[in-house]
Amino acid sequence: MPSVHIDKADLFERLGRQYTTEEFDELCFEFGIELDEDTTADVEEAIKKGLPAERPQLKIDIPANRYDLLCIEGISRALRIFLEQRQPPVYKPLPPKEEGRRVLRILPETAQIRPYAAAAILRNVHFTPRSYASFIDLQDKLHANLCRRREFVAIGTHDYDTLARSGDFTYEARKPEDINFVPLNQTKKMNGRELMEFYENDKHLGRYLHIVCDSPVYPVIYDSNGIVASLPPIINGDHSKIRLETTNVFIECTATDETKLAIVLDIISSMFSEYASDEFSIEQVEVIYPNGEKRLTPSLEPRLTTARVSYINACTGLSLSPAEISKLLTRMGLSTTPSPTAPDELLVQVPVTRPDILHECDIMEDAAIGYGFNKLPRTFPSSNTVAQPFPINKLSDIVRREIAMAGWVEVLPLILCSRDENSTFLNQPGALEEAVHLANPKTLEYQVVRTSLLPGILKTVRENRAHSLPLKVFESSDVARRAPDLERRARNERRVAAVYSDKRGAFEVVHGLLDRVMVALGIPLIDKDSKTPYGYWIAESNNPTYFPGRAADIFYRPPPKSTTSGESDVAPSAATSKTTTDSASLPPPPSSTPAPASKPSALDTVKDALASALPTLASGTSRDLKIGHLGILHPSVLEAFEIKTPCSALEFNLEPFLEIAPDHGRRA
Amino acid sequence: MAPPSTETLQSLILNTLASSPSSSIPDSRALQLDGCTLDAPEDQPAVQAALASLQSREMIAYKHHETITHVLTEEGSLLRSSGSHEARVWGALPLEGEGEGLSVAELKSKLGEETTKIGQGRAFKNKWIAKKGDKFVKAVPQITDSIIPVLSTVASTGTLPKELGGDKELADLRKRKLAVQKKTLHFSVEKGPEFATEVKQLETDLTADMLASGAWKTAQFKKYNFAAAGAPPNGGALHPLLKVREEFRNIFFEMGFREMPTNQFVESSFWCFDSLFVPQQHVAREMQDTFYIKEPSTAGDPDPAYFARVKEVHEKGGFGSIGYRAPFSDAEAKKLLLRTHTTAISSACLYELASRAGGWDKPAKLFSIDRVFRNEAVDMTHLAEFHQVEGVVADRNLTLGDLIGFMEVFFAKMGMTKLRFKPAYNPYTEPSLEIFAYHNGLGKWVEIGNVRPLPFPLFDIAW
Repeated sequence: MPSVHIDKADLFERLGRQYTTEEFDELCFEFGIELDEDTTADVEEAIKKGLPAERPQLKIDIPANRYDLLCIEGISRALRIFLEQRQPPVYKPLPPKEEGRRVLRILPETAQIRPYAAAAILRNVHFTPRSYASFIDLQDKLHANLCRRREFVAIGTHDYDTLARSGDFTYEARKPEDINFVPLNQTKKMNGRELMEFYENDKHLGRYLHIVCDSPVYPVIYDSNGIVASLPPIINGDHSKIRLETTNVFIECTATDETKLAIVLDIISSMFSEYASDEFSIEQVEVIYPNGEKRLTPSLEPRLTTARVSYINACTGLSLSPAEISKLLTRMGLSTTPSPTAPDELLVQVPVTRPDILHECDIMEDAAIGYGFNKLPRTFPSSNTVAQPFPINKLSDIVRREIAMAGWVEVLPLILCSRDENSTFLNQPGALEEAVHLANPKTLEYQVVRTSLLPGILKTVRENRAHSLPLKVFESSDVARRAPDLERRARNERRVAAVYSDKRGAFEVVHGLLDRVMVALGIPLIDKDSKTPYGYWIAESNNPTYFPGRAADIFYRPPPKSTTSGESDVAPSAATSKTTTDSASLPPPPSSTPAPASKPSALDTVKDALASALPTLASGTSRDLKIGHLGILHPSVLEAFEIKTPCSALEFNLEPFLEIAPDHGRRA
Repeated sequence: MAPPSTETLQSLILNTLASSPSSSIPDSRALQLDGCTLDAPEDQPAVQAALASLQSREMIAYKHHETITHVLTEEGSLLRSSGSHEARVWGALPLEGEGEGLSVAELKSKLGEETTKIGQGRAFKNKWIAKKGDKFVKAVPQITDSIIPVLSTVASTGTLPKELGGDKELADLRKRKLAVQKKTLHFSVEKGPEFATEVKQLETDLTADMLASGAWKTAQFKKYNFAAAGAPPNGGALHPLLKVREEFRNIFFEMGFREMPTNQFVESSFWCFDSLFVPQQHVAREMQDTFYIKEPSTAGDPDPAYFARVKEVHEKGGFGSIGYRAPFSDAEAKKLLLRTHTTAISSACLYELASRAGGWDKPAKLFSIDRVFRNEAVDMTHLAEFHQVEGVVADRNLTLGDLIGFMEVFFAKMGMTKLRFKPAYNPYTEPSLEIFAYHNGLGKWVEIGNVRPLPFPLFDIAW
């Protein structure tokens, strides 16, 4: 949100009265801008101490799409209209002077680098030091925001009287070596190549050079005498330098984006046309494109559109007449009249200063602001809906509470971690292959999205070394893994993990926690070779994260699918819920939205993804899933995480248990 | 000698009290154990421990008294044995006319630097010595060095009687660093209501053995200190932030909301931005604000018809909008990123609701509370990850008044009852409101949220 600094005395003079800070804050609040700071007290303090002080400023935060409020001219104009002190101004084209309509001819070569241009002339302008500063500041603000640091649009302003009085301005693209001029505030003539070198380390201009630097041709604007007006988007020529005393101002803009070009020229010229001797009048320039197309810039014409009275009333909950709404909209700067022919229609003129008005709802919003958000009748929606947790969150909460009740402390580490923490620190160099890698992290701490909960928990253990032993911590949250078949190419997986740290490894402690969670979920411990249709077991593994001989994998055999509820031979009580899908259900999670051609249920997608991610075992039934692991952490893992005491750890995937969770099948 | 044990002292105190005609001990320093008097200052803490234990049994009552005494410093002790500096200077010199006097340098070599410096001045002031040329001689045949009896008295009694100078002289000794103050404790003791000469062993807690044997019936229990802190429990705990999340979830559930499937950190620019009408040139999409993904880097295709509609509205407008009229890049839309807001999920959910076969059928209230990611430089007030709370109400005929009225109920459940609403800007909602609540503690309005109805085919309200 841009912040603008406005001279307080000047603004209040324009508004015709003094405001207390509270009164002005209230006015800003209703209008939708935010008074961030009134420096009056600071200034008075400084004067008391005999320190140098500026004039009191109001620092105001402006919504990012209101380019018309980036200067005192625009804010005071909008507030005066809002306060009904004046009507929205009409921006008028000034007839060409004796030298005739000025032309800016765009040559075809510019298409290679910066194809659009437009220009305007302000006549008989009288700047004061503060209005001149405001003029420069508005250009800086536009360059920084809408113009994306001059990439999209660059503005050049000139003393018109120093340029050729007749003939065409040309907007060309030439080889850097063929452009020769004295840049603004310099004394030495240089060519385009030299200019790039000259400004390479310039704190202000250096950051714009890249926009054209490597192009074979540079954009340049000449007057008919061959004088360089500017080399956009870098710098103007010194010849046409604008000064406080300048009375006729030539404004040119060049751009890569035609819409933003028009907005920028409209804003600059309309804002400062108030200083022209003929207030709000602007002399247009004829722009001729290489294809012969001619355009008068700036356009100045308000955009005519319509809005429905019924729509505005329906959205705001009001029942205002067309005339009443017209009045509200006019206060917001949109000159509006009820349509003489259609009773539900308003004729709205969107001035060139309001490019933020894109659709009817923008007009509705302005009507609501004009009425006052805080004066609207407050009602309560009558929509009747049923509350429902997201099933995996509900399952996860059940497990979290069980573990906390068993005496473990929940931790909440960051989800992003370094590549090392997620792989080599855990002796799992291959873990990065399924990880999501960030392209532009600011620090090494955020290189990948974790594929295991262990790094975060182990970092928490490390930071709590001073804690008395044993330390028993856990987390139930998401990891992310690549999933090439999904639209988003990755999916989350809900895991639970715990770490026990004490003077000895204590495998049985995390093992006991696993058993406790399984009891809570109603999943029995079974023999893997038995024909028992449903349950879990652990088996020794050689997982390198763990100490040899003290590592095991966790296996889960889900209940066989029953086609009809109640007929399952194993049905634990929780698993009897139906698998039918509620017709009013929420869509499947976007994570599992496959290509649009086919839309299987979300659960199927999750299951399919699980099946591919977790290969089934050779022995046992084909349903058996490896869901996680536990063990005493390998000393090299402890060393990598700078932990001095033995730890045992447990981590497993919770998603296979969704099927037996109480809300199974009733996704949302 | 090791201090006597508490038991020994307790027995001594009780027996002394029993045999005392006044049934009291006026000064604990007079207690005698095995012929020794317990008058050393280091004895008193042990006596106090014994007294406190007896008092807790109400066998005795005691008061403590503090006295201030003086003890000699090292220098004080030295002067006590060898005399004052001035006396030593006088003693070193011959009587006038009975020999050659000593120079300052000679005195220094004989008596040392300090004695010479202090003693010479004082002796001269007392007119004990006189100067002959550059040498000193005795001026009087005899002197009285009054410091010795003063120091001796302080050493033996800890104080000075008036005739030896009293408090004034003591203050002078302190100033001269010859003596320092020392606080000493002693106690006066009287019998208590439970007085006896034998200390009964008191039980601290009721035990299973006592229940089995019935000993609890006769046992005497030590008084419990109710002012002490309890023992800390060793239970587990849920994370505080997630407890707050639960509070918020419960409010949503109370109001009939359904939780959205936000278990998706990786999003496409299309769902995170484009479908929400965030222009492709918006600053939020720049590298310094958003985490983009290197691998995998490119999203798959969303519904092509929907994609085409979104692109059309951005580039050229449609559905009553004039659009941004800026170029729309398909490649930009397909860039993968870590979601910067959970609204990416909301937009996908609304799309699904709107595109369901049979069309819109009933109202929906959706919410989520989940992690979002921003490419922030981490400091005290910024994290690259945080939780976002989001709610959506979608129905026909909702109004802005409904949204504001709803917010009043929602925030009242959190104790925020004084709200006001400021117009704001969001690329994807119209109108957009910032909610301010009056904070009684801070005495000012505080921004607490951002609400906005989404400009979709139906009037949705979201925040």
